Amino acid sequence: MFIIKCPFCGEREQSEFKAGGEAHIIRPKQPTELSDDQWAEYLFMRKNIKGIQFERWNHVHGCRKWFNVVRDTSNDEIKAVYKMGEKPPVQ
Amino acid sequence: MTKNLRVKIGKTIDETYRISFKFNGSTYYGFKGDTLASALLANNIHLVGRSFKYHRPRGIMTAGSEEPNAIVQLHDNSSRTEPNVRATEIEIYEDLEASSQNCWPSVNFDVGGINNILSPLLPAGFYYKTFMWPASFWEKYEYFIRRSAGLGKSPTKPDPDIYEHEYIHCDVLIIGAGISGIIAAKIAAKKGLKTLLVDEKPNLGGSTIYQNSDHFKINNQNSGSWLEKEINEIKKLKNLEIRTRTSVAAYHGYNFLLARENLTDHLPIDQRKDKTRHKLLKIRANKVITATGSIERPMIFDNNDRPGILLSSAIKKYADYFGVACGEKNILFTNNDSAYETAISLIQKGINIEAIIDNREEINSKLIYEVEKSNIKVFKGFTIVNTNGYKRINKVSLMKLSKDGQKVIGSKINLSCDCLGISGGWTPAVHLFTQSGGKLKFREKDQVFIPNKYSSDQISIGSCNGDLTLEDIIKNTPKYLREFLNLKKTDYDNTEVFSSENQSKRNIWLLPSDKILGKTKSFVDYQNDATAKDIKLALREGFRSIEHVKRYTTTGMGTDQGKLGNMHALGIISETAGAKMGELGTTTFRPPYTPLTFGTIVGRNVGEYFDAFRKTPIHDWHVDNKADFENVGQWKRAWYYPKDNEDMNQAVQRESKAARESAGILDASTLGKIDIQGTDASEFLNRVYTNAWSKLAIGKCRYGLMLNEDGMVYDDGVTTRLGENHYIMTTTTGGAANVMGKLEDYLQTEWPELDVYLTSVTDHYATVSVCGPNSKKIISKVIPNLDLTDENFPHMSFKNVNIGKINCRVMRISFTGEHSYEINVQANYGKSVWEKCMQAGKDYNITPYGTEAMHLLRAEKGFIIVGQDTDATMTPIDLQMNWIVSKKKYDFIGKRSLYRSDTSREDRKQLVGLLTDNPDEVLEEGAQIVANVNKSPIEMLGHVTSSYYSPNLKKSIALGVVKGGKNMMGQKLIIPMEKKNINVTVSDPVFLDKENKRLNA
Ligand SMILES: [Zn+2]
Repeated sequence: MFIIKCPFCGEREQSEFKAGGEAHIIRPKQPTELSDDQWAEYLFMRKNIKGIQFERWNHVHGCRKWFNVVRDTSNDEIKAVYKMGEKPPVQ
Repeated sequence: MTKNLRVKIGKTIDETYRISFKFNGSTYYGFKGDTLASALLANNIHLVGRSFKYHRPRGIMTAGSEEPNAIVQLHDNSSRTEPNVRATEIEIYEDLEASSQNCWPSVNFDVGGINNILSPLLPAGFYYKTFMWPASFWEKYEYFIRRSAGLGKSPTKPDPDIYEHEYIHCDVLIIGAGISGIIAAKIAAKKGLKTLLVDEKPNLGGSTIYQNSDHFKINNQNSGSWLEKEINEIKKLKNLEIRTRTSVAAYHGYNFLLARENLTDHLPIDQRKDKTRHKLLKIRANKVITATGSIERPMIFDNNDRPGILLSSAIKKYADYFGVACGEKNILFTNNDSAYETAISLIQKGINIEAIIDNREEINSKLIYEVEKSNIKVFKGFTIVNTNGYKRINKVSLMKLSKDGQKVIGSKINLSCDCLGISGGWTPAVHLFTQSGGKLKFREKDQVFIPNKYSSDQISIGSCNGDLTLEDIIKNTPKYLREFLNLKKTDYDNTEVFSSENQSKRNIWLLPSDKILGKTKSFVDYQNDATAKDIKLALREGFRSIEHVKRYTTTGMGTDQGKLGNMHALGIISETAGAKMGELGTTTFRPPYTPLTFGTIVGRNVGEYFDAFRKTPIHDWHVDNKADFENVGQWKRAWYYPKDNEDMNQAVQRESKAARESAGILDASTLGKIDIQGTDASEFLNRVYTNAWSKLAIGKCRYGLMLNEDGMVYDDGVTTRLGENHYIMTTTTGGAANVMGKLEDYLQTEWPELDVYLTSVTDHYATVSVCGPNSKKIISKVIPNLDLTDENFPHMSFKNVNIGKINCRVMRISFTGEHSYEINVQANYGKSVWEKCMQAGKDYNITPYGTEAMHLLRAEKGFIIVGQDTDATMTPIDLQMNWIVSKKKYDFIGKRSLYRSDTSREDRKQLVGLLTDNPDEVLEEGAQIVANVNKSPIEMLGHVTSSYYSPNLKKSIALGVVKGGKNMMGQKLIIPMEKKNINVTVSDPVFLDKENKRLNA
């Protein structure tokens, strides 16, 4: 049960949040022009890193905002939290 | 037969308060303050159970939560029965009833004891190997194995006790109230930090509190008295909260810990009523100080498991703390100085010691001189090679150790005894530290793992940190705390300490024997009956990883998690495999540290509080009218309304018929409702639904289908355009929260440029749906000023009107295929509008119908239910709903996936209607659909998703998904059931009113 610092509300218990998978996967603007393989790459392919991972989280039982988290999956240490649309802080 | 071995009343025993209790049916007496173990030992009872695999007689081994053998069943056959209770922890109370586990028919005569004789047939991996034997063998022996294996019996009646959860936030949590924990508590609380001190025992002070010897002094007082004064002082500190009988079960990341506070287990049962039994404490601490102490190690030699063999420190505790002698002819066996502390305690109390056997050849220690002064024979450089006595030890055999400790030499000496104390040194209790993610290091000097790298803001102090002597604890603890709490000085910086202990130790993981290993039973894990031989066998069979050896031999997998023997297992593996201890690692210690009951884990979330449930504003009416309810997500929905003695089927048939023949009324309040506003609302709907929304006129409604990005149907519902930039979307009951979440996700992350605002209004409106050929007449009575002509208020349109002063939104939409209205009103008016409709419909036999009839009615029309007729593998094309997928729109969620090679396959499972050859035969939902039952293996084509007897069509109807079903119209298929095959014909999924004439009837 870690503590996440929501960029809008501050530090809250993990149970208030929902994980939303890998961050910075941008929905293609012109899906119809993609091959099956390219579309599958967007749709299905996700990293599962042991170590530093960029993730989406949603403060679902709070302000309901989505934001990004940089988490070390090996020990759950949260390195950074930043808003949607912002650039990830340098590793 | 029973003797009284109470020698001198111990500190915590109240001899004026006698307590009677039952063990295996006989009545015994103890005193207030006794544990079940100390009371049994005082009655000279050692044999308390049988081991798991070989059913060997086993006795009390320890005096704490590390106990592997003395686990008992409390109050068998009552609602409060509990298995696997450690006799060393449970405090006795009047009328306590405990019985031995793991033995049948009794602890003294146990049929499973034959396993001991058969033991060559039960080697490591026995259970795994058994599964590989011929199946016929397993069937034969399963009964026997089940009967004789297993730990205790689960309760079969509801738990009568109350459990609670409590959240605690503190600056500093200190786990363990031994000497180092007490020191830490005083320092932290005096610094003004909000401090919580917990200990699993009923009293504070750990093992130092009963230390009464001139060989251990602090500030010139004996260490026990010194600590007692400290305890009295910290009890006055106002920043300090102390919770005893509180055991930390789990240490998670970010200093989040779970602890169980035991409030009533020590009380007589008649005093427990209405009291909370356990509290599960959910603790979030800024800083954690672990002071969990250390556990004495046993020694590994042949037959080291007989009743009467205890840890030397346990014998000392029983004597000092409870005033109980564990035997009358005691022998101690050690490789370090601790056993001499035990000896001195026993001598002080006049308890007889026959001899001490020490692995060490040359030792120079004040403690030993003191013992030898009392004319006690010390065998130096000797080891025990065997013991005798089936239900109680009566003899030990010893031999001289060779210089390198690898062999025994000389002749065997036999000594008789009735109790043997063993001391193999100490293992720091690092369980919680490793649970938290901490990394250990190995200290060669005394062969212990100690904390190295911390994963959060915490430290370990005292013996769990490797400070195994009083001197080290007093010297180091203040130093660590100054650093940890950022202090210049503490009250303990100049504490003087005197200790006679010599720190030398001769560590031999597996002691040599005059017999070959294969002929010995040297237990490493007592509870799971894993021996040194088993571990060596596992290595011979090719297991190398410590985790694999553990699982194969089951070492460390009991309820005690191998607190005693894990280190020896590691030691034997490293010696055998020639690996260094530090490089081998340890197995992972997992929560809980000691077992928790389910009651503690669920707390108050039982019975009607197990989960929240949601009621519609019309709920009370349904209750008053005898509805049966079904759970839809958290909602309670009226399922059907049985009349007179109707069963469910009869009620559903009647309700369905009435809705089509005259009028039906349904509470649709549970449907999800999302208010959508903003200048880009239309564009937003275009992107989230498969069909086009830009041209929907204000005041009109449209059905929409929502996909996942993978093209699979996700949700559906009707959305109404209330204004230029204002829509109200409905979703399925179960999907409401997820749809809301998904829409917010896209708006915030993919399309932040859209000017759209979403508000969930599900609970704000009640929805009353009136359908049937007479619905128009009823609504005209309820809302007389509304023009209900098709010209003014056609199907799929909306009006904002008033019923009296109550504003409502009326939609003319239909899920039954009948002429139908949905009235949405502010939730608190829901029931009165419903009653108004009932009143107005009286002359038309308006019939309330539940969700089951609703499902039947829509199935007659071939309307899908997302989640029943679909799973996460159905595209709109699979559902034969091509009409709703816009070809013109450039994009919508899931569009691209509909053109993937996989989704455009012709032989995907597709939704079809199914008609049984026998119109009275109703299919089972979920039944398989096949074409040919004669060809093996039978090819499964699909399954039935919805099935009913239609009272309106007077025949059985069903929907199902079938591979390539779209092109199978009219084809015969088979539903193979257990006792018969049912013949069906593939049909159009729309069974009734294909032309939709009834909508405008
Ligand atoms: Zn927030």
